[in-house]
Amino acid sequence: MSGSALTYAIIDGVLTGSVYALMATGLTLIFGVMDIINIAQGIFVVLGAYLSYEIQLHWGIDPFVGLLITIPTLFVVGIVVERAFMSRLKGPEKTAMSILVTYAVSLLIEGSLNMIFSVNDVQINAWYVNRSFKLFGVYFAYIYVFGFILAVVLLTALWALLYRTRFGASVRASLADQTAAALIGINVRRVATICFGIGTAVTAAGGMVFGATNAFNASSSYDLISRLLTIIVLGGMGSLGGALVASIGMVMLEDVVGVVWSPVWSTMTFFIVLVIVLSLRPQGLFGKQLARTA
Amino acid sequence: MPILSVSGVSRAFGGVQALQDCSLEVAEGSIAGLIGPNGSGKTTLFNVVTGYVRADQGTVRFREKEITGLKPNQVFALGIGRTFQLTRIFERLSVLENMLVATQRREGWLRGLTRSKSSPEEVSTALELLDFVGIAGLAELQAGALSYGQRKLLELAYVLVADPQVILLDEPAGGVNLTLINRIAEKIRALNAQGKTFLIVEHNMEFVMSLCDRVTVMHQGSDLVSGAPEEVRRDPRVLDAYLGGGDDELEEVAGG
Amino acid sequence: MGHWSRAVWVLGLVALALFPVVVTSPAYVAIGVFTLIYMACASSWNMFSGYTGYIALGSAVSYGVGAYTMALVSIHANMAPGAAMFWLVPLGGLVASLVALPIGAIALRVRRHTFVVITIAIFFVFQLTAINAGFTGSTSGLILPFISWNESYYNVPFYYVALGLVIFATILSALVRRSRFGLQMLAIRDDEDRALGLGVRTTSVKLTGFALAQFTIGMAGALYAMFVGQIFPQFVFDPLFDVSIALMAFLGGLGTLAGPLLGALILESFQQWLTLTFSNSSLYLILFGALFLLVILFMPQGIVVFIRDRVTRRAAREKAAVAAAETTLAGSRA
Repeated sequence: MSGSALTYAIIDGVLTGSVYALMATGLTLIFGVMDIINIAQGIFVVLGAYLSYEIQLHWGIDPFVGLLITIPTLFVVGIVVERAFMSRLKGPEKTAMSILVTYAVSLLIEGSLNMIFSVNDVQINAWYVNRSFKLFGVYFAYIYVFGFILAVVLLTALWALLYRTRFGASVRASLADQTAAALIGINVRRVATICFGIGTAVTAAGGMVFGATNAFNASSSYDLISRLLTIIVLGGMGSLGGALVASIGMVMLEDVVGVVWSPVWSTMTFFIVLVIVLSLRPQGLFGKQLARTA
Repeated sequence: MPILSVSGVSRAFGGVQALQDCSLEVAEGSIAGLIGPNGSGKTTLFNVVTGYVRADQGTVRFREKEITGLKPNQVFALGIGRTFQLTRIFERLSVLENMLVATQRREGWLRGLTRSKSSPEEVSTALELLDFVGIAGLAELQAGALSYGQRKLLELAYVLVADPQVILLDEPAGGVNLTLINRIAEKIRALNAQGKTFLIVEHNMEFVMSLCDRVTVMHQGSDLVSGAPEEVRRDPRVLDAYLGGGDDELEEVAGG
Repeated sequence: MGHWSRAVWVLGLVALALFPVVVTSPAYVAIGVFTLIYMACASSWNMFSGYTGYIALGSAVSYGVGAYTMALVSIHANMAPGAAMFWLVPLGGLVASLVALPIGAIALRVRRHTFVVITIAIFFVFQLTAINAGFTGSTSGLILPFISWNESYYNVPFYYVALGLVIFATILSALVRRSRFGLQMLAIRDDEDRALGLGVRTTSVKLTGFALAQFTIGMAGALYAMFVGQIFPQFVFDPLFDVSIALMAFLGGLGTLAGPLLGALILESFQQWLTLTFSNSSLYLILFGALFLLVILFMPQGIVVFIRDRVTRRAAREKAAVAAAETTLAGSRA
């Protein structure tokens, strides 16, 4: 393999991977705190993309500025979905039910988006979408760099929220052990609702970048959710660092396979790697191994 | 010759050394007690013996045969049954079905598939045991509807189904009323009279001291003292272990 | 089984058997075939996932493998188009079960929540392979030997074979539920580690249940391929199939015998009818999603359990009273 292809794979892995990391972080946070697997994360990303697209089309607001509107909007959407449906899930089948309920939510949104926007692909456009600059002999597309910066800023903000605030301490306690967190007086219900809101809100940013780098329609959510799920499983469910590493690893691996072999097999390679990793390390790369009797 | 012997077992979880060179012997036909502050490694030792947790070092022997590293189902099949600190029953099965899960003959999986849930003899054995612990009247009830004390009795009963020679009880008297504590003690004595060996983890000192032939005190993952109940009670090191426990409460919260 | 529920089963079976006699329109009989195929799959899915609590979302792998077995064997063996091809239906099931063994061996190593996701991942491996590999015909699909039965009659044999699959899946589920093996699966659902500690060989029980469940799904896939005459990787390896049969089972009542059948009957016939009437799949998605959310909110245990609870409420109350009395008795005896 040529050196430039490898360089490209690494750069793309870091740039694009960080955006996936942002979306996957929301998913793994929701799982870690609530034991909920949110299949609707994919359609939320698409929803975020459509919102950015519409805001720019009708109001002429730049998608990055538009995040000031779309992020709070999706935060509210998340809160509403959590209060309306997630909070009703209880009992031993909670996780399984959550998959199906969030899938139903996803279908509802998918059908609505199809009706409003039709199934024709659209793409967010701005001056930085199709332009690039050259640095050290490598071309960088502006949108990927901007997306990377956005992801880094938001991930840092999320990190600060989790590790530097009182609320963050409650979240981390809930991630570690929900029962113990409740015992020491943390309102796990409220933490869960806000986490679901945050986990959904990050898709607004992820969706904007996704919509600017891909032509999309409502059914793009299937590809997105399958990738995001495999990322959080590979990283270890509930592990924030694992989501980051797995995201970047996924994009790099796909790029490398796409260059040395064929793009046709690149996505599949990632799934195969997932299967191999899990058969060796069932808890994922960074997952906590639970004692059997815990 | 001890029926169960643990020698030099160590086990760490991450940075926490749950067991450190722990040794223990249980004589056949005895009732042995295992006490110690929270977090001293009692439950972990149970988990190692019954195959739920692998030991980093050391060996476990059952009738001179090494059983270290066997899976829980294999340990059970050899004749070592256990109950859990927080009772673990199959909540959506009936009480009788709970008993039948434990009714395992050594048979191939294909036979399990073609066999009906139970033979009449198995059902009557199960009902006898339920009657022995005093909940036969609840056989058809969904197990999730049982009270905490009844769950403890059910757990004891279904461990008995396979006729184990050694029974490990994790806090049998924890969280149940005095009447029930006495009943459980009575059942243990009755079973012991039939030749069953017991190893019991318990916080209720009166329960342990009155029931057990021999008591082992654990501290920080190791066996500190072993002896007859009175000896142990008088041993100054035991008091130190309990008083110097430090962050016990925290571990109690975490389920340690 | 009470008199009432037995009567409902018999009536249901009679109604299904008479359907193509009464409703002769080929379009509606075709709807019937698809509905029965989904009923068989949902029932079979429930026999593993409903009993063990391991939610599998990769059943389309078995469906697709069954469909491709039918297509590839009938094409390459130069089979004469016609009823003889029905013999390939059990073969499709067998191949699906065999393929499921290594899949299960990997996927069942992981914890329950991860299992869901790994089945999705394995599903995508199969889908992408089918789309990209040569022998599957890639995106243009495969055309099976053309069966030139009369149009008005064509659907009927398929209908009855599909009904046979439903009966097979139901009887198998009932037998498993009554067997020790079934009890072990239910024990795994409630507390897997405890079951292991009571001597249940959980790994082999799960793997056997998983492979067994794929048999009927594989047969259904094979029948589907023969019925529609041409298959495409993206339709036989369809993620919507995975979720649909799970939703059907949940809708009707997870872990019950009648629930998945009822759920599939309602949802699939509803979907087919909507497609026929409105040809608007977006509307279907919205109605499907809304219906499911309503069910979750108002009858989270599924339709069958909801109805059964209403019907037997009084009996249950009496039983509870008896139990309470006995509890008091047991307490006082102590």
